[in-house]
Amino acid sequence: MQSFRTMAEEKKLFKVTIDNIPVEVEPGTTILNAARMIGGDVVPPAMCYYSKLQGSGGKCRTCLVKVSKGSDADPRPMPKLVASCRTTVMDGMEVANITSPEVLDARKGVVEFLLLNHPLDCPVCDQAGECDLQDLSYEHGVSSTRYEFKRRTFDKIDIGDHIKLHMTRCILCYRCVFTADQLTNKRDHGILGRGDASEISTYIQNSLDSDFIGNVIDVCPVGALTDRTARFKNRVWFLKPVDAHCSCDKCSGKAVLWMRGDEIFRVTARKDKYGEVEEFICDTCRFERKDVKDWVIEGPRNISRHSVISQGHYVGVHKPQETIANVMDGRAPRLLMDIHTVSEVNMPVVDLSKIDGPAHSNDFPKNNGAQ
Amino acid sequence: MGRKLLLDKAHIEGIRYYDVYRKNGGYAAAEKALKSMSPDLVTEEVKKSGLRGRGGAGFPTGLKWSFLAKPEGVPRYLVCNADESEPGTFKDRYLMEFIPHLLIEGLLISSFALGANTTYIYIRGEYAWIPDILEEAISDARKNGWLGKNIQGSGFDLEIYVQRGAGAYICGEETALIESLEGKRGNPRIKPPFPAVKGLWQCPTVVNNVETLAAVVPIINIGGDEYAKYGTGKSTGTKLISACGNLNKPGVYEIDMNISVEEFIYSDEYCGGIPNGKRLKACIPGGSSVPILPANLLLKTAKGEQRMMTYESLNDGGFASGSMMGSGGFIVLDEDQCVVRHTMSLARFYHHESCGQCSPCREGTGWMKKVLLNIENGKGKESDIDLLWDIQRRIEGNTICPLGDAAAWPVAAAIRHFRDEFEWHVRYPEEAVKRNFGLAHYADPLPEAAPVATA
Repeated sequence: MQSFRTMAEEKKLFKVTIDNIPVEVEPGTTILNAARMIGGDVVPPAMCYYSKLQGSGGKCRTCLVKVSKGSDADPRPMPKLVASCRTTVMDGMEVANITSPEVLDARKGVVEFLLLNHPLDCPVCDQAGECDLQDLSYEHGVSSTRYEFKRRTFDKIDIGDHIKLHMTRCILCYRCVFTADQLTNKRDHGILGRGDASEISTYIQNSLDSDFIGNVIDVCPVGALTDRTARFKNRVWFLKPVDAHCSCDKCSGKAVLWMRGDEIFRVTARKDKYGEVEEFICDTCRFERKDVKDWVIEGPRNISRHSVISQGHYVGVHKPQETIANVMDGRAPRLLMDIHTVSEVNMPVVDLSKIDGPAHSNDFPKNNGAQ
Repeated sequence: MGRKLLLDKAHIEGIRYYDVYRKNGGYAAAEKALKSMSPDLVTEEVKKSGLRGRGGAGFPTGLKWSFLAKPEGVPRYLVCNADESEPGTFKDRYLMEFIPHLLIEGLLISSFALGANTTYIYIRGEYAWIPDILEEAISDARKNGWLGKNIQGSGFDLEIYVQRGAGAYICGEETALIESLEGKRGNPRIKPPFPAVKGLWQCPTVVNNVETLAAVVPIINIGGDEYAKYGTGKSTGTKLISACGNLNKPGVYEIDMNISVEEFIYSDEYCGGIPNGKRLKACIPGGSSVPILPANLLLKTAKGEQRMMTYESLNDGGFASGSMMGSGGFIVLDEDQCVVRHTMSLARFYHHESCGQCSPCREGTGWMKKVLLNIENGKGKESDIDLLWDIQRRIEGNTICPLGDAAAWPVAAAIRHFRDEFEWHVRYPEEAVKRNFGLAHYADPLPEAAPVATA
């Protein structure tokens, strides 16, 4: 017992600083995962990296960060920005993400490149509200484009009974290829062509019908792969997500049911706070169990306030931590204007999420919270 | 006459064949290495020679070999990169076509030094006839006991296989080459791990260029110290230069790296000057991916010294006024050449050859090409020049492999040094269009939404 404790104590951890916030991580951890251990705004965005898929990451370049100090042993900065999802940490490494103007500029460039051939058809896209690219563009992009040429378009393809491929929206993150490769027993889709003429395709338009192929829908960060049994039936924010499980002989049976009343519109896998599937589910659960009797409902799903899906669902609200104060060594940002002072409404003393039911004028103090 | 080490026997008739090659001193270096040297000693000689990789990056070869991981019970591989696909570079082709045994001998010595028993020559698909020449040379070498089991009684075994690529430029990048060799799509791998640790089939692998491996033969023949006396500074030995463009005598030249750029262009021993007495306008000194240099900066460095045909001198001043030795593809433009058109042509090439794996390269190269097509066709706007600058800036350094840089640098250098020419194109579009006598060659459909610029 003694020696066991000594071994555990001797386990060397690497000290890394990301945006001035120190964190200790195990050797072999990537910068992105170290940032995820800190959480909040210092976590670089990732469009192609998916922790559950081996070999993913490094392609979209949205997670680029600046390594301003390589390690204690070799403090030289890295000459170029590096993909944080594929670069492992060293002891004493210092990384700048949101504190580096160079990183933010590069990220703005990457967003522009990703949107070059991606249609802004959010109003009719089934991914709306759950689109990583939409979030990325909102947080790191600009409001207009400088691209004035014709965009790349493709015909929509039904790849099997359940999945629709709308290649026009694809940003070639390769996630679905890795999913099909690693989760299903035969590989029958991949990338054809090269450069901006690349496309995801099945070999000579085969159907994708392996037991777990439906997971390509969940891993797709945009609306390129959608569920044919659910698309265009409802907007995602009108549905109520509930955790449920069933006894399934192929997968864990743990899923999220997206319901309106007693009707199940779609079934998806459960995702963590980074939008990554926790446990992949089989096609039977996803496409064929659309009756409430098939499931044991556990309760409402916690949805981040960040997402539009949380509209009207105030259960288990997770408030984001205050990152600015953290990255500025505890100093609070100097506000030039406080919107509450100007508008005289919604003062911070009233926490809307703690009010039981809809807010009423009685919930607000007469002096509007002014101290 | 410049001293030669690689092409010194090129003039001998029939040197392509084993008997002639052997009669003229061929395989003496291999014999010396196998019978009287240890693998470490061979590596040491290569280190002493100061040989830098001839594929473009110029990394010291001996140092690269010393990085090779040597775990027990795991095979090691040597891969010869013969995927010579860069516009303006055609020197390796000359070596393989005319003196294939020099490469085979170099591969044998290098494999011995690295402890690799299997070696692959990955050759560009478009070199359709050269694999046959190599196969014949490999077969002759095997018949004469230079390949196979227990070579010349040394206890060393080696097999060399020739693998034809399918004609993708990206497969010249070492990790994409390895992927392609493994039978996969030629996408570059993300480094680390480097091939020296996990390369072909996840085993330690060294990837060297054809010229680099051929240069190992004279190094062993004359010794590393003697080899280092050729050239100058950190640019030791000789270098093959494939010269093309507006030159009286384009071709493949072996130079001792202590001659000046001026001498190389104008002397009768080498390129013989510019045809019809025209003036020199610019030069791309190291293959199409390196920055273009205008005449005034080509002949003098940023420090005002004479520019030499060396790695250091061509790098001088960074990108503001320097370029790179690269692979040695020396492309010369005379005063009548249009830099905008050449840049557009290069952008078109890199767009076509981008593997499409990472977003800045996949989307950015195509965007640059379209904007350049607009400018060249008299449909450009003044803001397009700044836009181009911005696009290349956001590609450079942000991609998985150097293809992004290769696409960005020519555009950046062209705008930096020849901005007035770009401006002329957008201010006088009618004049620019009149110069487009050869535009039909570019079959790309023109962009639809681009407005016509006004003078």
